[in-house]
Amino acid sequence: MTDFARTYDVLVIGGGNAALCAAITAREAGASVLIVESAPKAFRGGNSRHTRNLRCMHDGPVLMLTDAYPEEEYWQDLLKVTGGITDERLARQTIRGSVASLPWMVEHGVRFQPSLGGTLHLSRTNAFFMGGGKALLNAYYHTAERLGIDVVYEAEVTALDIGNGEFRSAAVTHAGATHTVKAKALVAASGGFESNLEWLKEAWGPPAENFIIRGTPYNTGRVLKALIGSGAKSIGDPTQGHAVAIDARSPKFDGGIITRVDAVSLGIVVNKHGQRFYDEGEDFWPKRYAVWGRFVAQQPDQIAYSIIDSKAVGKFMPPVFPPIKANTLRELAGKLGLDPAALEETVTRFNAAVRPGTFNHAVLDDCSTVELTPPKTHWARPIDTAPFFGYPLRTGITFTYLGVVVNDKANMIMQDDKPSRNIYAAGEIMAGNILGKGYLGGFGMAIGTVFGRVAGEEAARHAKS
Amino acid sequence: MQNRDFMQQLEFDMQVCNACRYCEGFCAVFPAMERRLSFSEPDLHYLANLCHNCGACFYACQFAPPHEFNVNIPRHFAQLRGKTYRRHAWPGFLAGLFEKNGLAVSLITAASLALFFLVTFWLQDPAILFAAHTGPGSFYKVIPHNVMVAAFGAVSLFVTIAFLVGFARFWREMGESLADFAKPVTLGVAAWDALRLKYLDGGGDGCTYPTDHPSGARRTFHHLTFYGFMLCFAATCVATVYHYVFRWEAPYPFWSLPVVLGTVGGLGLLAGPVGLLWLKGKRDPETAEPSQTGMDVGFLALLFLTSLTGLALLALRDTAAMGSLLAVHLGVVLALFLTLPYGKFVHAIYRFAALARYALERSRPLPNVTFE
Repeated sequence: MTDFARTYDVLVIGGGNAALCAAITAREAGASVLIVESAPKAFRGGNSRHTRNLRCMHDGPVLMLTDAYPEEEYWQDLLKVTGGITDERLARQTIRGSVASLPWMVEHGVRFQPSLGGTLHLSRTNAFFMGGGKALLNAYYHTAERLGIDVVYEAEVTALDIGNGEFRSAAVTHAGATHTVKAKALVAASGGFESNLEWLKEAWGPPAENFIIRGTPYNTGRVLKALIGSGAKSIGDPTQGHAVAIDARSPKFDGGIITRVDAVSLGIVVNKHGQRFYDEGEDFWPKRYAVWGRFVAQQPDQIAYSIIDSKAVGKFMPPVFPPIKANTLRELAGKLGLDPAALEETVTRFNAAVRPGTFNHAVLDDCSTVELTPPKTHWARPIDTAPFFGYPLRTGITFTYLGVVVNDKANMIMQDDKPSRNIYAAGEIMAGNILGKGYLGGFGMAIGTVFGRVAGEEAARHAKS
Repeated sequence: MQNRDFMQQLEFDMQVCNACRYCEGFCAVFPAMERRLSFSEPDLHYLANLCHNCGACFYACQFAPPHEFNVNIPRHFAQLRGKTYRRHAWPGFLAGLFEKNGLAVSLITAASLALFFLVTFWLQDPAILFAAHTGPGSFYKVIPHNVMVAAFGAVSLFVTIAFLVGFARFWREMGESLADFAKPVTLGVAAWDALRLKYLDGGGDGCTYPTDHPSGARRTFHHLTFYGFMLCFAATCVATVYHYVFRWEAPYPFWSLPVVLGTVGGLGLLAGPVGLLWLKGKRDPETAEPSQTGMDVGFLALLFLTSLTGLALLALRDTAAMGSLLAVHLGVVLALFLTLPYGKFVHAIYRFAALARYALERSRPLPNVTFE
């Protein structure tokens, strides 16, 4: 039973993957643990609810993972997406730690399955959770319950009492009352600030009003702000977030992975004036989808439309919302609220610029446009076969990069570059140390699992010493 | 978003699932779904009957209620299965028996019991009914063999026709041919999947039934019920051979094959339904479909009573209670048979057909809905 009056060994703020890994590890090391989760039970787990796999280094086939994914290749993949904005020591620690994560996860109830339909390209690198991230969380919460970890939902940390780098207590609001919760060590695993629209607007300006948050509405960044306000050293560009183009009809929060629209590379994308604005065929969609959120954000009213014809049907992962369908482009423009003449002119010019080639969506093929600005460099085919389809697109924020600096013990670093006495951080709140830019599928869960366990171990060690 | 009608919600469920796919490893429903980009009504009935209602996908679902997408596959599919059963009931006017099924089953049971008592009283002197009889043919002194054969023969024939018609309609509506159903690969795979309840294991850890903790209890109790039922059925078949081929008349000795089969099966039919009822009582209301509870409970209760009265008859067959117990047992069995096509039992017909369709689909190449 949760007892707010008691001094716990370890207080874990957050209820996602990193938080649970930390809590379980600390409990198994003998510490008493309280998890404070701001979401109600049904929505517990932050963005981990929406995850599906963990990127895992391995030297030979293991579990469902085929072949090998050696450390160096993993590291090179990370270097590519971050453009070098990473801490190599912590990055390699994560990569190496991912190996031992798998058996630990299985021991604590997580089950794996072969890579999902449509994700064959990940079968070597990413271990998929049976049932996805929510099933993983359920397993961890069952384990936590069995181990005697106290969990309190709908409990928000509103303030932290930190002096000279030492955590003393947290103000926790729960069921209408505010409690001062003391603990010998603190693990901050409460995610980023992507669902805090005000904060996003500070970073992005008014366009942020039109952003859709793909994940939990509970990542408000309150704890992150409190830590930075209490002297934690921050890392990561506050104006940067992982932004993808998603279906404009998605709910404001929590639409998850299913709101993605993978049709972009198979057609054209126009803005509200019916104009194209970027090369839709620049690279394979999984590599490019994370840049399109930014492109859409830069368009007027932060909206765009992916237009395909019937040749593209069945060639991409089915999105959750059916496309808007019409027998002519004029009719489609009308249904999408675009100027029919403008859309028709854009498509006519695009079609005239398409050079004949051999269409192959599996390679960077030779179907491209000539003398067109912007060009479409691959998979360019005339949009001429009715019916035509359109998906409205908006910017969808997955996560933010701003976080607190940690060392290899997940120990939070203060502005004087000294480690805090008893504060540890894990998961998205410190992922910016390792992932300063870009994204690598399943890497967030690797960071959360590896640093969650380190944070739990170190916090317990500190509390017991 | 909240006001979709039922079929729209189901179609939306499937679009969510198809865009997500996280539950692919749990059972056959999701791989079958991924072969499609759109979902016609027969598609939805097929997928709903392929669902074993284990609950795993509900607890794993990011979009389950209270999420505004309201994806609740176990409950929505259970509701749709109810519609499948009514849609294919034969003769059609009896489809109404699926509404208020608990009441229908109770009334039919009461009527069958009364019928057997009346017939017995009418045919026999009460002195015979309440006297002890022993030795070969003792049952038939109370209720003549011809009466039993006529009653159960007619009912069995009727029930078989009802099953065949329902199955054929369902199968045809899915757009498959009967020749494809009869293929060894279809039947073999479907039987193997059905007999071990392959998809009632939540992908390995057991199904999340009755709560979100994975457990093998439901599969175990279902096996006890199913194999108990089959052993009792086998006992009847062996006894029929004894009667007509060897001219040995019942009752048979305690260690004879029909009695051993019937006793072991009967114990399974006691423990299985009790276990299933117990789990049902503890079931998470989030995944349950309340309108089906009467149907489920009615069928389980009848199975339990069939076994209980059968075992009681066995225990007391040499006493003066035999006549009444025989009438009661036969009354319950008649009620069970009469309600088979209009109650929970039909899930076996449509589930098997769906499994067969799944085996058939898997033997075909993937349709053009792959994305790499």
